[in-house]
Amino acid sequence: MREATIGIGGAAGDGLDKTGDTLAKTASRLGLYLFAYNSYQSVIRGGHIWLRVRMAEEKVYSHGDHLNLLIALNQDTIERHAREVEPGGAVLFNSDKLQCDPALLSDNVLVVPLPVSTITKPLGKLQPIMQNTVGLGAAIFFLGLEFDVITEVLADTFKHKGQAVVDQNVQIARAGFDYAKEHFVPLGYEWKFTRVRRPFITGNEAISLGAASAGCKFYSAYPMTPASSILHWMVAHAERCGILVKQCEDEIAVANMAVGAGLAGVRAMCGTSGGGFALMTEAIGQAGMVEAPVVFVTVQRGGSSTGIPTKTEQADLNQVIGASQGDFPRIIIAPSDVTDAFHSAVEAFNLAEKYQLPVIIISDLLLSEHPETIEADALRHDVPIERGELVTQWPEENGNYKRFAFTKSGVSPRALPGTENTVYVAATDDHDEEGILISDVFTSPPVRRKIQEKRMTKVERALQELPGPKLEGPEDAEVTLIGWGSSKGVIKEAATLLQEQGISVNQVHFKYLHPFHASASLGILQNCRKTICVECNYTGQFARHLRAETGYSVHETILKYDGEPLEPAYIVRNVRAILNGMPRSLDVNPEEAREMAYHYIRSRLGDSLRPTLFERIPGQNGDEPTWRIELATRETGETRGELTIGVETGATYSWKPVAVSKRQGA
Amino acid sequence: MATVLELPIETYDSVVDPDWCPGCGDFGVLKALKMAAGKLSIQPKDLFVVSGIGCSSNLPGFIHAYGVHSLHGRAVAVASGVKFANHDLHVVITGGDGDGYGIGIGHFIHAMRRNLDLTYIVMNNQIYGLTTGQASPTTMKDMRTKSTPRGNAEQPINPISLALVSGATYVSRAFSGEPNHMADIIAGAIAHRGFALVDVFSPCVTYNKINTYPWFKQRVYKLENETAYKTGDYQQAVGRSMEWGDRIPIGLFYKGDQAIYEDSEPALKKGPLVHQELGMNSELFDSLVEEFV
Repeated sequence: MREATIGIGGAAGDGLDKTGDTLAKTASRLGLYLFAYNSYQSVIRGGHIWLRVRMAEEKVYSHGDHLNLLIALNQDTIERHAREVEPGGAVLFNSDKLQCDPALLSDNVLVVPLPVSTITKPLGKLQPIMQNTVGLGAAIFFLGLEFDVITEVLADTFKHKGQAVVDQNVQIARAGFDYAKEHFVPLGYEWKFTRVRRPFITGNEAISLGAASAGCKFYSAYPMTPASSILHWMVAHAERCGILVKQCEDEIAVANMAVGAGLAGVRAMCGTSGGGFALMTEAIGQAGMVEAPVVFVTVQRGGSSTGIPTKTEQADLNQVIGASQGDFPRIIIAPSDVTDAFHSAVEAFNLAEKYQLPVIIISDLLLSEHPETIEADALRHDVPIERGELVTQWPEENGNYKRFAFTKSGVSPRALPGTENTVYVAATDDHDEEGILISDVFTSPPVRRKIQEKRMTKVERALQELPGPKLEGPEDAEVTLIGWGSSKGVIKEAATLLQEQGISVNQVHFKYLHPFHASASLGILQNCRKTICVECNYTGQFARHLRAETGYSVHETILKYDGEPLEPAYIVRNVRAILNGMPRSLDVNPEEAREMAYHYIRSRLGDSLRPTLFERIPGQNGDEPTWRIELATRETGETRGELTIGVETGATYSWKPVAVSKRQGA
Repeated sequence: MATVLELPIETYDSVVDPDWCPGCGDFGVLKALKMAAGKLSIQPKDLFVVSGIGCSSNLPGFIHAYGVHSLHGRAVAVASGVKFANHDLHVVITGGDGDGYGIGIGHFIHAMRRNLDLTYIVMNNQIYGLTTGQASPTTMKDMRTKSTPRGNAEQPINPISLALVSGATYVSRAFSGEPNHMADIIAGAIAHRGFALVDVFSPCVTYNKINTYPWFKQRVYKLENETAYKTGDYQQAVGRSMEWGDRIPIGLFYKGDQAIYEDSEPALKKGPLVHQELGMNSELFDSLVEEFV
């Protein structure tokens, strides 16, 4: 399979989102499959942004761990990522402002300085952000993509700004393309372009589109990364789709409004991330108690507390499972990829209405914000809409309407407020079949027992219709990789790599977290030889959940909690280490030492220095070993000092502005 | 002036009798609300009463109408959701001072700012009754309660002033000792297009021994009897809202005809959301998907 990964790095505000999007859409329209991930920070200007776009002739399931073409929009990007470009690749940068030290590069990597002001001189004065478009045009050339297609994409992107802006962008891209063509040869990609038009879409967009297709009429939210793009899509399409979108004062209002709307009879959804979800929890329990159908979306980001707001993690499982006081019926779904996110939204509304309960969709930053190419027929307008047992009329002779009638299925036929003869009160105090409170004057232990059983029976019924877990891959594999949520694709890719290395691997992936297919899961896992649970958190929350539900303990875990998503090679490396009996090392590795040095430089020394020399110094007299890192000026390479970082603890022991060769102690 | 009821008060009788303490001010509110609904000839199926938690928040169970007895402090948010879903319903929120002016004050302010077409009746007894007598956000300064044995150190909230500055377009106060007057105020509130506050002096006969029926009876006077008072005059309303002491005004402080939120919402133009069809046609769907290609 032919594939290429392009990295675009710069500062926030450099406009590289648009650049990456244009490149990706161009490749996508040619019929390639895309997967992009933007490693960004919570700042509007400045900060390091690192966008990777992987394109391939077949479907790809992660951004991978390769780099073939680098478009550097600032010096920082060249220094941090140029070394990652693989042989045969190229580094593109604006040579008016930046330089690339060939010593940073692997052999056989092409250095492409683009004199942007010279290239664009005939086009008049340009906005600084338009330097990206020069690089984009050049990239199209190096990657062997077609210029005509980027023209179309630019036209679509900028048409709302008028034809003049479209023309200008096309001319700039053309200038970049022509310059590259004149001075270089392409990197040699010979793609087979099928030109199949497929959507290039994020998980949040897929959830939004799924919800809209399913008849969502009310969406409430409070801005919170990484859930905000659901709000943005909903607002942008509200009028066309007939959705009332309400930004509220806080997530407490968000959740309670959604409960009110759901109870009054519309398909209602709200979205947030972990911190907002914490505020929503009481209302989620309320939805369970008053049997209101509501869909709650929580998009996990790095926690705890405010945590790392623009980074990914899967550490809110405990919170979601433990949300709200008491035992109450609810369903928790973790979509496993972008297509699944669309269908999960549809499914969530159907389950919410059929069983009259809250459904929680738990996603994460990776799934919600990365765009990928999905199959053209994966999304469809005529999604199933199942509203469950609705009472549309209730003749007086039927007698008293019992909103919470005890039934075998636990589901009580639901009349929507406004219906004649079905007046009822839905109370968060526990109540009897007609909604009369059993909390104060009329307490009744047996009524309480039966209504609690009624509500919880619904969850058992729901479980019967939820698909059970499946073992994918060779049945008798040496290793079984277990995951949940967004990691399905990357685990699949890791499994393929391991197979290629002669290690037989299969996979069990979990989407339905509650109710849980306990016996089916146990049946599968008991027959597995070595189970490894792969997840993005510190404590192994899913492994614990699995143990709680089934009594089954996984043999090993691979846990990642640095905020960056799983990559196939990371999983491969860790699986091999486990099989080789190597204990997991928590030491600061050389790449991490470099990033820690950059962190120190950027946060404390300005942007003028870069790390040049790394030396691991053995620990003495019981002290830990350390990384001795020399920092030099960017301009001249002159050594300006030495940073000492502990290999085990990661402690920054010293910064000595004068270069010395011997180790400086704490 | 006698209130004329188009529908008899029994229309709204619930099978459950109130469990409030004998003499509780909330009985007057329940009666006045039923009278107001009857006066406006609102069918029980079109009346939706949302409450939070507290003695007064038990009210939805005591009236024959749709309702949600929601969470403590969240009634206004739940009611907003109900109204958004079905704006044909008359949505009335009922609760207490702790529920609305304490834990729920954020939603209260923002709902007024939005000027949603909601009626909010706060049974203000200046104490937490259900939890047996702690200070509330409207407990008077220096009053001794179970949680303020040395006297309340905090200034009380002034709900009328707060409502006026927050954008409520019908701001009123009633007294449980005057149920007929209150019925008129509530009927006006429900009939009003926009956010209507009815702050009610609803004495707690068990835990508030200061702000009693006689205490209020000595002090309250009706704004409508003040010849110089104009209900559309915002500045005058703000001034009167500050009056507290030997004389305390009740009645309608302010009424304005500012646009309501629902009017600005395109999704509601075709009628209540709850009556809109689910599902999407392929033409619209395809155009949405095309944005991603």
